Amino acid sequence: MAGLLRRFRQSYFLYSFLRDPVAVTSFALFVILASSALLAPVFAPHNPYDGANIDIMDAETPPLWKDGGNPAFLLGTDNQGRDLFSAILYGMRVSLLIGVGAVAMQACIGIMVGLLSGYGSRRLDNILMRIADVQLSFSSYMVAIFLGAIVQMTFGVGRYEQVAVPFLVLVIGLAEWPQYARTVRASVLAEKKKEYVEAARVIGLKPFRIMWRHILPNTLTPVLVISTVQVANAIMSEAALSFLGLGMPVTKPSLGSLIKSGFQYFFSGSWWITLFPGVVLILLVLSINLLGDWLRDFLNPKLYKD
Amino acid sequence: MTNQNTALLSLRNVVKHFDISGGLLDQLRLSGGRITRKRTVVHAVNDVSFDILPGETLSVVGESGCGKSTLARTVIGLYRATGGEILYRGERIDNLSDAGMLPYRTRMQMVFQDPYASLNPRMKVREILEEPVRFHNPGISDADVRARVAAVMEQVGVNPLWGVRYPHEFSGGQRQRISIARALVVDPEFIVADEPISALDVSIQAQVLNLMMDMQEQRNLTYLFISHDLSVVEHISTRVAVMYLGSLCELASAADLFGAPRHPYTQALLSAIPRIGGKAAAHIKLSGDVPTPINLPSGCVFHGRCPHANERCMREVPKARQLANGSLVACHGVEEGRV
Amino acid sequence: MQPLLDVSSLTVKFALRDTALTAVNDVSFTLSKGERLGLVGESGAGKSVTGFSILNLVSKPGFIAGGSVLFEGRDLTRADAETLRDIRGNRISMIFQDPMMTLNPVLTVGTQMIETIRAHKKVTRKEAEAIALDKLRKVYIPSPERRLTQYPHEFSGGMRQRIVIAIALLTSPSLIIADEPTTALDVTIQAEIMDLLLELCQSEDMGLILITHDLGVVSQVTQKIAVMYAMGDTASVVGAPLHPYTRGLLGALPQCADKADCGLETVAAPRARRRLNQIPGSMPSLSDVPRGCPFNNRCELCETVCTTTRPLLEKKSDGRLAACHMVA
Repeated sequence: MAGLLRRFRQSYFLYSFLRDPVAVTSFALFVILASSALLAPVFAPHNPYDGANIDIMDAETPPLWKDGGNPAFLLGTDNQGRDLFSAILYGMRVSLLIGVGAVAMQACIGIMVGLLSGYGSRRLDNILMRIADVQLSFSSYMVAIFLGAIVQMTFGVGRYEQVAVPFLVLVIGLAEWPQYARTVRASVLAEKKKEYVEAARVIGLKPFRIMWRHILPNTLTPVLVISTVQVANAIMSEAALSFLGLGMPVTKPSLGSLIKSGFQYFFSGSWWITLFPGVVLILLVLSINLLGDWLRDFLNPKLYKD
Repeated sequence: MTNQNTALLSLRNVVKHFDISGGLLDQLRLSGGRITRKRTVVHAVNDVSFDILPGETLSVVGESGCGKSTLARTVIGLYRATGGEILYRGERIDNLSDAGMLPYRTRMQMVFQDPYASLNPRMKVREILEEPVRFHNPGISDADVRARVAAVMEQVGVNPLWGVRYPHEFSGGQRQRISIARALVVDPEFIVADEPISALDVSIQAQVLNLMMDMQEQRNLTYLFISHDLSVVEHISTRVAVMYLGSLCELASAADLFGAPRHPYTQALLSAIPRIGGKAAAHIKLSGDVPTPINLPSGCVFHGRCPHANERCMREVPKARQLANGSLVACHGVEEGRV
Repeated sequence: MQPLLDVSSLTVKFALRDTALTAVNDVSFTLSKGERLGLVGESGAGKSVTGFSILNLVSKPGFIAGGSVLFEGRDLTRADAETLRDIRGNRISMIFQDPMMTLNPVLTVGTQMIETIRAHKKVTRKEAEAIALDKLRKVYIPSPERRLTQYPHEFSGGMRQRIVIAIALLTSPSLIIADEPTTALDVTIQAEIMDLLLELCQSEDMGLILITHDLGVVSQVTQKIAVMYAMGDTASVVGAPLHPYTRGLLGALPQCADKADCGLETVAAPRARRRLNQIPGSMPSLSDVPRGCPFNNRCELCETVCTTTRPLLEKKSDGRLAACHMVA
C-alpha cells in the first residue's frame, strides 16, 4: 500500500496534473462542490425536504448582505421560504446522483452493445449500430416526455416524487448510451486486430472470454474520458428537463428545478432564487468538463504536441 | 511430395481470399447504364500445397504482400481457408468447429511478430502465462499451474519472480521470450512463428533465434517460420518455401535453395541480400513493381517481371513440379530447361 | 585539406523533468568530399539523433549540449537561422525512412519539386521544371514528364523513395544524410535504391551519411563505418572489427555464423554448430547507462578500468579508431 502511494507520488500522472493550473483549480473546485453536496446534511443549516421547518413567511428573503437579509439564510430563501443555500446543496446532491447514475447506465448499455458490435459478426454490428442511430435521432427530451407520461400515469402524480430520481436516470441513460457504444466499438475494432487477441484465439479461448478479459480492459481509457464529459452532459440534461417541468418536482428540487422555481420571480426582483443555483450549475459542469479535457490530453499526448 | 502419413501438417491446394468490397451499397457500380454488383477480392493465397515434416523448420519467405503471414494464420486456424484442405497428422482441421479445434490448440501454437502488441498490456506476465494452462487443464491445482509456468519461464530465460510485472516493464527481447513461453506452456509440438524477430535489434535477434533453436532441440518442436530476412532463414531452416503474390514459387532444402536457386524469382530475391563484405551491384534487377493481389496477372503471376517469360508463361499457370533433387519449382522455364 | 564535415565531441541531451538524458555523448567523425560514411547501431544508440543534430534539427526537449559540427568551415551548432535555412535542403539534403515525411500528399510531385528549387535558386518555372525532369531521369523514373503531374499516392513505395532522392538532389547538395532509407522496403527494392544512392554519390561527388541498423547494407555502400552504442561511437570497420560490441554485432548475424567471410576469425567459435554468437542482455535505456564504458555490463572483455573510466575514441595499432580500453 505504501509502495503504491509512493509510486503514485512519483508518477507522471501526478506530475503533469500538478503542472497544469487549470486542472488543479478545476479539480479543487469539483472536490469542494461534490463534497459539500454529498455531505449536504452536515453542512446545510436547514433541511429543505422537511416541510415542518419551512415557514412561508420567510419566502423571498434576499441574501444576507442585502437590505432585509436574515442571518439564518445566507443566500436568501425561495418562494416557499426554503433556505436557498441548503436547497442548493441538496439540489446539487440530486443533480450529481442523477448525473453519475445516468452515466453508469449509459456505460453499462453502451459497453455491452459496443463490445458485441465490435467483436461480433458484421451483421450483428450493422443491426446494433442502426439501433444506436435511431436512438440518437430521438433527443432525450422526447424520450423524457414519452416515458414521463407513462410513469406519471402508472404511479400517479403524487407518488411521482418518489420515483423521479430513478426515472431521470433511466431517461438520460437510455437517451445517450450510443455515445458509449460508438466509442467502445471503435476501440474494440482497433484492439481486436492486435496480436494479443490473436494469441488468445490461438489458445482457444471462447469469444465471450476474449471480449471480457482481454479486449474490454484495453478499451477503458477512452471510456474514462467520455465518462467525465458525459457526467457533465447528464447533469445539464437533468437541469434542462427539470427546468421544463419534466424532471425533479419542486418538493425535492435539483439545481434545474430550483432555477425553474425562481425564474418566474426573476423580474419581480427576487433574482437570487435563479442566479445562485445557476452559478453553481455552471461551476459544477465547467469543472467536470475541464477535468475531462485535461484527462483526454493526458491520455492522448499525441493529440496536442507543439 | 512426401507421404501423407509421415507429414505433421499438409497443405492441399490451400486458397485464401479476402472480400474487401464492404457493404452492399459500396459494391454497387454503375456501368453502361446498368447497376451491377461488383466484389473486390484480395487473392492472398492461391493454391498452395506442401508438407511439413516432424522436427523440421520450414521457412516461408517472400516480400511484403506475398501472402506468407496469411498462410501462417490460415494454418493455425485464425483465418478459415477459402478452399483446399489442411491436414494435421492426416486429419482434416480446416473445417473443424471451435470445439473440434480445441484438442489441436495444445498441439499447435503461434509466436507473433510485434512483442509490443502480442502481450495484453493490462495483464501481468504470470496471468498471461497461466491462462492457457488453466484453460486447457480444468481442475489443475494452483501449485501445479505455478510450477509449470515457472519451469517454462526458467527455460526461456525470464526470471519467474518477474511474473508479477506487466509487459511494459520488459524490453522487446524479453517480451518476445514471454511470447514464446506463452506458446510453450501448453506443451505443443508444432509452432507457427510469424516474423518473430523482425521487430528486434540485431543483437537481440540472435538471442531469440538461439532460444528458438534450443527449444526445438529440447522439446523436439516443428516450426513453420515466416520471415522476410533471407539470411536468418538460411541459418535456421531445414527447408525453405519462396512465395510470390500468393503462389508458391519454389520449395527446397535450405542448402539447395541458397546454393542453387532454380526459380527466376528466387534467384532475383537471393541476389538482393546485402552480403557483408560482398560487392554491391551484382544483383538481378527486376523490371516493374509487384502487381496488386486484387487483379492477379494471368498465367504465371511472376511473368510481368520475369526476364525469362514467354508466351506460355502469360497464358498458363505453372504447376509445382518435383526436380531430381527433391525441390519443388513452379516455373515453365525450369520445366522446359530454358532457365 | 579541409574536410567536408567535421563533427567533434558532439553531445546531445534531452531535458526531462529534473535531469537531462544524454542521447549522443562525445561523438566525433570526419567526412571528406565525396566520402561515404555508415552510421550503424541498434535502436536507441543515438544514430538518428546524430543525423538530425548535424543539421541542428534536434527537436525539443532535445538540445545540442556541446561539441561542434563544421560543415564547409562553418559551425552549424552556432549558425543563425538564415545560414541554417540556406544549408538545409540546399547544401545538405536529408532522406527519411518514410517517403511521406518529405512528400506532401495533396500536391503533385512536380509542384513540390519546382517549389523546392525556387525556394533556393532564382530560376523561372520553366528552368525549374527542366531541372526537376533532369533529376527524375537521374533516379531512373520512367516517363518523367507524365510522373511530374502525379500525386505521391500514385507511386509505389520504391518509386516514392526514388522521388525523395530526386528531391534531395535538386539543389546539387554536397552531402546527403539518409536515415534508414530502405528499412520499410522489400529486399529487392532495397537493393535497387542502394545501387542508386551509390551510383549518384559517385557520379555527383556527393558525401553520404547512411544511418542504418543493417550492417550488410552499410558494408556494400560506404567506405567508412562508425558503430554507435548507447550514446557514443565505437568506430570500427567490418573487415576485422576491433571493438567487442562490433564483433558481437557481426557474430550475431546469421550470415556470419554460416560463412567465414566476415573477417571474424578473432571471434570465439560458437558453442554449438548452429548457435549464433549472442551479446547478452540488451541496450541500456538512456536513464541508466552504466558508468565508465557504456558497454561494460554486456562485454566479455570487461575489466575494472572499464567500469570506472569512459574509453575515448583513439587510434589503435592498425590506424583505425575504437573506443575501448581492452583493444590495443
